[in-house]
Amino acid sequence: MTFTAVTLKLLEGFETTFLIFIITLVAAIPLGLIISFGSMSRFRPLSWLTRTLVWIIRGTPLMLQVIIVFYGPGLIWDNVRGLTRMSSVLVAFIINYAAYFSEIFRGGIEGIPRGQYEAGQVLGMTKRQIFFRIILLQVIKRIVPPMSNEIITLVKDTSLARVIAVREIIMEAESFISTYALIWPLFYSGAFFLIFCGVLTILFQFIEQRLSYFRV
Amino acid sequence: MSVLEVSNLQKSFGSTDVLKNINFSLERGEILSIIGSSGSGKTTLLRCLNFLETPDEGIISCNGDILFDSSNPKTLTETEIRKNRLHFGLVFQSFNLFPQYTAMKNVMLAKELLAKGRPDYKSNKKAILTEIENEAKALLAQVGLSDKLSNYPHELSGGQQQRVAIARALALNPEILCFDEPTSALDPELTGEVLKVIKQLADRHTTMIIVTHEMQFAREVSTKVLFMDDGYVVEYDTPEEVFGNPKEERTIRFLERYSNGLE
Ligand SMILES: Nc1ncnc2c1ncn2[C@@H]1O[C@H](COP(=O)(O)OP(=O)(O)OP(=O)(O)O)[C@@H](O)[C@H]1O
Ligand SMILES: [Mg+2]
Repeated sequence: MTFTAVTLKLLEGFETTFLIFIITLVAAIPLGLIISFGSMSRFRPLSWLTRTLVWIIRGTPLMLQVIIVFYGPGLIWDNVRGLTRMSSVLVAFIINYAAYFSEIFRGGIEGIPRGQYEAGQVLGMTKRQIFFRIILLQVIKRIVPPMSNEIITLVKDTSLARVIAVREIIMEAESFISTYALIWPLFYSGAFFLIFCGVLTILFQFIEQRLSYFRV
Repeated sequence: MSVLEVSNLQKSFGSTDVLKNINFSLERGEILSIIGSSGSGKTTLLRCLNFLETPDEGIISCNGDILFDSSNPKTLTETEIRKNRLHFGLVFQSFNLFPQYTAMKNVMLAKELLAKGRPDYKSNKKAILTEIENEAKALLAQVGLSDKLSNYPHELSGGQQQRVAIARALALNPEILCFDEPTSALDPELTGEVLKVIKQLADRHTTMIIVTHEMQFAREVSTKVLFMDDGYVVEYDTPEEVFGNPKEERTIRFLERYSNGLE
């Protein structure tokens, strides 16, 4: 096995890794926002229900959730085919990460002092104007650090997809052990994560930097 | 005609009655100081006037126009309330400047947003914005901050922030400018600069309502003093009368406690 051949194989796995990462991220952010509104709702039953769901999702391992989404439907209903492996991973990841994100969003929104809303109100601004002109950027600034932590965790969590045999990079690397008795490709796969996380870290630092002209 | 007339205003939070039958009126150009011990309802009264709280009962009118009438649902809609708010300005104890905007932008923002609703906005955009900018500059100069136009709130001292907040409230030309303890979040050495600005506004006969614990200042600057206790207006008169010749037992006791340094 040449270095190039291993690299090509790992790149193939990384493509899946990256897909899980980016689709989860893009879908979990809006879903998380919706969930955070649910948990902040003044309609008690809704906020109670949402918070309970978030508690369950955050309180159980993501690996277990992936398994449940993949095998669950088939076990409950005889004639249901269930989702494909990749779709199961995506569904579990999106729900799981949306739950985590929702708590970050809730913290960010609830952390804005009431005086900011009131200052806008007494200046005759509409709710919309207050949200978009005053609150939003302050929330973004507050959530960038916890979001970057969570997103970097997501990069590494993608490796859980192999529990239902989705061939992400770690799984590809592991196959070199069984087939060729080579362990170094597994270590080498770590470098992919390292570089990817490094790029993300730089990106988040840049965003933080861009928002550092004011304090909240 | 009074610029402000408040009749039978009542407000409770749950089972706590915070404002109990508040009645008073104010003439244009008057400066009203509201004094009273902690928890007497001063902040709640100001918040009701600015519609940050909805009174349970009562009528608030400005220049004879009814802005709020608890028995008339038409005055309670959100759009109506937002429009009526513009008769009042409010300067908060904790400034509440918008941290992501410069001093200039803090002063301009609300006016810019309002201007967007003007029919001639599209055709006249440039001229309108320039005018708003010039007004903001003039207001910041008035509060002594010409050299801080492009500074962000966190780059300003508490006293400077509060002066920006005053300019911001003035930008919308409110009929009545309200202050809720404008200096009590400030270090003692910074209160002077804010009080000086308020004093200048008084000299220009800006109609103001000032909730304050600074009795000396209240006495100097105001034309009327309102003493509140336990949600009631106990005494409402000129500062000479309230401070020099208080008639109610509760006022006398409050002022005594105050001069003994207990309030
Ligand atoms: N949102 C609220 N919910 C419940 N109770 C409230 C609320 N706001 C005010 N109160 C109560 O109303 C009473 C009057 O409060 P308010 O803040 O108006 O007093 P104040 O005269 O401004 O006092 P201070 O001098 O300490 O600022 C207090 O007993 C307070 O606990
Ligand atoms: Mg108060």
